Amino acid sequence: MSDILLSLKGLTKAYPGVVANRDVTFDIKKGEVHALLGENGAGKSTLVKSIYGLVRPDSGTMTLLDAPYHPGEPRAARAAGVAMVFQHFSLFDALNVAENIALGMENPPPMRDLAARITKVSDDYGLPLDPSRIVGDLSAGERQRVEIIRCLLQDPKLLIMDEPTSVLTPQEVDILFLTLRKLRDEGTAILYISHKLEEIRSLCEHATILRMGRVVGTCDPRETSARTMAEMMVGSVLHVPSRPAAPVGEVVLELAGLSAPPPRQFGTALKDISLSVRNGEVLGIGGVAGNGQDELLLALSGEMRTASGMVKLRGTPIGHLMPNARRTLGLLTAPEERMGHAAAPDMSLTENAILTGAIREDLTHRGFLRWARARSFAEAVIKTFDVRTPGPGAAARSLSGGNLQKFVIGREIMQRPDVLVVNQPTWGVDASAAAAIRQALLDLAAKGAAVIVVSQDLDELMEISDRFAALNGGRLSAPRRAQGLTVDEIGLMLGGAHDMEVAHVAA
Amino acid sequence: MIRLEKRPQPSQVWIVATPLLAVIATMIAGGLLFAALGKDPVAAIRTIFWDPLFSENAWFYRPQLLIKAAPLILIAIGLSLGFRAGIWNIGAEGQYIMGAICGAGMGLAFYPMESVLIFPLMILAGLLGGLLWAMIPALLRVRFGTNEILVSLMLVYVAEQILASMALGLLKNPEGMGFPGSRNLSQYPSAANLELIKGTGMHWGVVAAFIAVIFAYVVMSRHILGFNIRLAGQSPRAAAFSGVSPGRLVIICLGVSGALAGLAGMFEVAGPSGRISIDFNVGYGFTAIIVAFLGRLHPVGILLAGLLMALTYVGGGMAQGSLGLPAAAIQLFQGMLLFFLLAVDVLTNYRIRPARRRVA
Amino acid sequence: MDLSAINPVLLLASLMVAATPILLAAIGELVVERAGVLNLGVEGMMITGAVCGFVVAVNSGSPTLGFLAAAAGGAALSLTFGFLTQYLLSNQVATGLGLTLFGLGLSALIGQGYIGIKAPEVPDLHIPLLADIPVIGPILFQHDPMVYVGLLIVAAVWAFLKYSRAGLILRAVGENHDAAHALGYKVIRIRMLAIMFGGGCAGLGGAYLSLVRVPQWTEGMTAGAGWIALAIVVFASWKPWRIVIGAYLFGGVTVLQLNLQAAGLPVPVEYLSMSPYVATILVLVLLSSGRAPGSLGRIFHASS
Repeated sequence: MSDILLSLKGLTKAYPGVVANRDVTFDIKKGEVHALLGENGAGKSTLVKSIYGLVRPDSGTMTLLDAPYHPGEPRAARAAGVAMVFQHFSLFDALNVAENIALGMENPPPMRDLAARITKVSDDYGLPLDPSRIVGDLSAGERQRVEIIRCLLQDPKLLIMDEPTSVLTPQEVDILFLTLRKLRDEGTAILYISHKLEEIRSLCEHATILRMGRVVGTCDPRETSARTMAEMMVGSVLHVPSRPAAPVGEVVLELAGLSAPPPRQFGTALKDISLSVRNGEVLGIGGVAGNGQDELLLALSGEMRTASGMVKLRGTPIGHLMPNARRTLGLLTAPEERMGHAAAPDMSLTENAILTGAIREDLTHRGFLRWARARSFAEAVIKTFDVRTPGPGAAARSLSGGNLQKFVIGREIMQRPDVLVVNQPTWGVDASAAAAIRQALLDLAAKGAAVIVVSQDLDELMEISDRFAALNGGRLSAPRRAQGLTVDEIGLMLGGAHDMEVAHVAA
Repeated sequence: MIRLEKRPQPSQVWIVATPLLAVIATMIAGGLLFAALGKDPVAAIRTIFWDPLFSENAWFYRPQLLIKAAPLILIAIGLSLGFRAGIWNIGAEGQYIMGAICGAGMGLAFYPMESVLIFPLMILAGLLGGLLWAMIPALLRVRFGTNEILVSLMLVYVAEQILASMALGLLKNPEGMGFPGSRNLSQYPSAANLELIKGTGMHWGVVAAFIAVIFAYVVMSRHILGFNIRLAGQSPRAAAFSGVSPGRLVIICLGVSGALAGLAGMFEVAGPSGRISIDFNVGYGFTAIIVAFLGRLHPVGILLAGLLMALTYVGGGMAQGSLGLPAAAIQLFQGMLLFFLLAVDVLTNYRIRPARRRVA
Repeated sequence: MDLSAINPVLLLASLMVAATPILLAAIGELVVERAGVLNLGVEGMMITGAVCGFVVAVNSGSPTLGFLAAAAGGAALSLTFGFLTQYLLSNQVATGLGLTLFGLGLSALIGQGYIGIKAPEVPDLHIPLLADIPVIGPILFQHDPMVYVGLLIVAAVWAFLKYSRAGLILRAVGENHDAAHALGYKVIRIRMLAIMFGGGCAGLGGAYLSLVRVPQWTEGMTAGAGWIALAIVVFASWKPWRIVIGAYLFGGVTVLQLNLQAAGLPVPVEYLSMSPYVATILVLVLLSSGRAPGSLGRIFHASS
């Protein structure tokens, strides 16, 4: 018997307008930690959905342990010994841990037995969990644990992990890696999808690199440099954004003891946040998802009102003002969710331009809309930010993620804000669009605006921030100069391991 | 099996084609229904759709079209603003009743005085009656988050009881020989809502309906309020981000639809119906919901849909008389129209594709 | 006015009878909403059940067959709602309203020849021993079978949701249909089954009106009972036992006002008649409900 666990040959899958996977061929050995590398949009998610039975490839074959493998649905994949931890968790907030895990299993044992097994397995693998806790109350790292335990309880031969560390602090990543190494030692193969090169270098033995749906290379990450892998992923030399030196000016935005209860159930309360941002400065706010980023944006945009003195613009209290009043004063924001929050998916780009630009671009006259002006503004955004679209009449939902993000950010930048706050500006966006967006933010700061970038991507923040602060459990750490911060220091600012204990994991 | 694939852009062709498709489908299904009832389907369909317009007696029936269409259009225009924003005013029937009561009450309070001021005051009273009745669900929603569907609907039943109480009590005709019901307003010149152009059925309510259509068209296509309504209905989070105040929108939409429904009630009681009686309301508030959807919540569409629905009423009445078709069949027919429209509406946003074959 | 004419024992007993149609419709709708679907067509399904039950009972002479037919009729009608909202992705509010209007028209048509006819009687049960307890006996233990069937259904739904795997899956679908789909559960199939259950229960509730409570067929006889059932689901925070409280509360207001009318209370009849509806509004306002199922009312479209 060969030592190959899963063999993929010629997998192809197309969607209208795009070929997600083209003739993908590679093997995963038993007990191997195999990385699947690629930029956003390279086809990694589609490929693993095929392996897990969520999607049927148009052509190609898969073989598991030398037997033909074509799962028609996730249940079949699970029965064959393939388990998957998604990037976006399939969890039910209102149910408890045991119920969530039971839902992910084929034939779950009675609740009491299940609860006991959960406690045991979670302790064994260093990810302790209380089966009776409501999932909605858990942190992002703990929620990921639920997903992992759910997989482990089925004794998988292959564990697929899709971008697992985007929700973890550096310390939590170390704990996760201990668990994964233990699994590997016990003979479970791991398919590890990520675009974080240093992590892959420390964890994986073999890497397959996808670009535009094709396999463009394989390597052993332990022997290959991050730069080489990056260039294989992107296919060219990366553009590093340049920061022209600029003097930093007066304090323009100030948060003083900003506190607010969670706006919805399972949200995060903001606790006593204080900071000040100056003209020309880029302040980076890092943090794992679910620590108050959304709530902070809502408090800054005006969607959530607070005591007026908690937010001050040029010394004037504005915490009680609605979004449009803040736009008039020069404070603009761009939320994380571009489809449905920053932009209305079924409306045209012209209408989406009116969404936030009505006031500063003078798009209404006594309440009546000036369609021609709105159209020109949308066209200007499209042109300046290289948004690929047939025209301003196209519906927002017809744009790709990267192009819509360019439009949404570009729309705010072109309104000449005094303060711009963006949340996850390059999330899910391809490399060249991401670089363009980061450069645009830097150019805006160079012109004298104050920019706050909230992001989970620490590399991005280190690249563009002057100062850095971390959001953890609704609290903001004291901002520090970004230059010279080490990964460990950042990790501690992000809250260290958040009480995640390392239970007895034999090394 | 088929599967649905979302279109990148809502299809312009299908936006116009779906109501037509729905009407044709309903005609076919309706024909089958009538055949099942033992009536000649072709004769029935012809009687309902063709005869009121073009038969030898059409001169009598054509004015009925405007009379029936006016309240439907007026109410549906008001409803469409709210529906577009995701604010569901289901109690238009109750607002219609209250508008009629207030309008009639205002007029009768002046009886037997004659003055040109009475009719305008009645219009105002009708508007306010419907508006205030709609403010109950509006304020409850804004202040307590109570579901406006259920509150506005409960208030329909309450309004019907108030109507009965008025017909038997406060507004009862003192010269009516003990019979329930108010004085006949159409015989009271200052209050009467009479035909403006002979033989067309056009009364002030018809004029109001046309004005409402134009007004709604301008607001929805050219005014920021219309933009905010559409935005709130499609993407509530984007609306919040844009700065739309949900409470304000609820009050405006429910207020306008209540006022228009009340106005329709007032024109009806002062005109075609004539007096406040226990069975004054005939369900226009509910049929207007069908008209609103059939017209795709668009002012011009509602105008056409209202005329079409009026056609089914008038033609249906003719079919009742000449073919013995039961009245309930017409109600069913109208319900089917809504169902078919909702069914074919999927084509606007989704393409139908055959499911891809499995790969070995 | 003669308040002594009101017999408290009879009042409380008739409370259970008045509450039963709403109880049946509400428990069915609770299951539908826990699965994440908002079906506003309860009124239409109830009245369809009322007429189907009546017609079959009169023609067959058997009220039991009538109830079965009512459940079948309600379930069949709910299938149209299910098909439109789950397969054709139509707006749930509009489709539910359409179902109500359609059901009212359909039932009026079917019931045409049956106005004024008397239905076969549904005898009261006389539960041995328990029914002979003074005072409590006549109030609780001498009702027709459907009163107890209603309560049994509530108990069964409660146990189903809390303890069974199928109930857990249904709750999961209602909470987060995307996650349930990602885990491989057939969201649409589960919702269709829930919708049919809701239709069947609403049909039973309607038939109870036409076969037991009134018992006759009249057009539009449900008079808003379906809408009140919807309000009770909200009031009950989607918990089965609270449905019983809500239904009995409403039943209580209804019979009380009828009795006060009969006793000659010097308040115009119309104001007493509107009291159940006003009470429903007050209940909706004063009692803020718990958290609704996460996916309630949202359209599910599997994109894979």
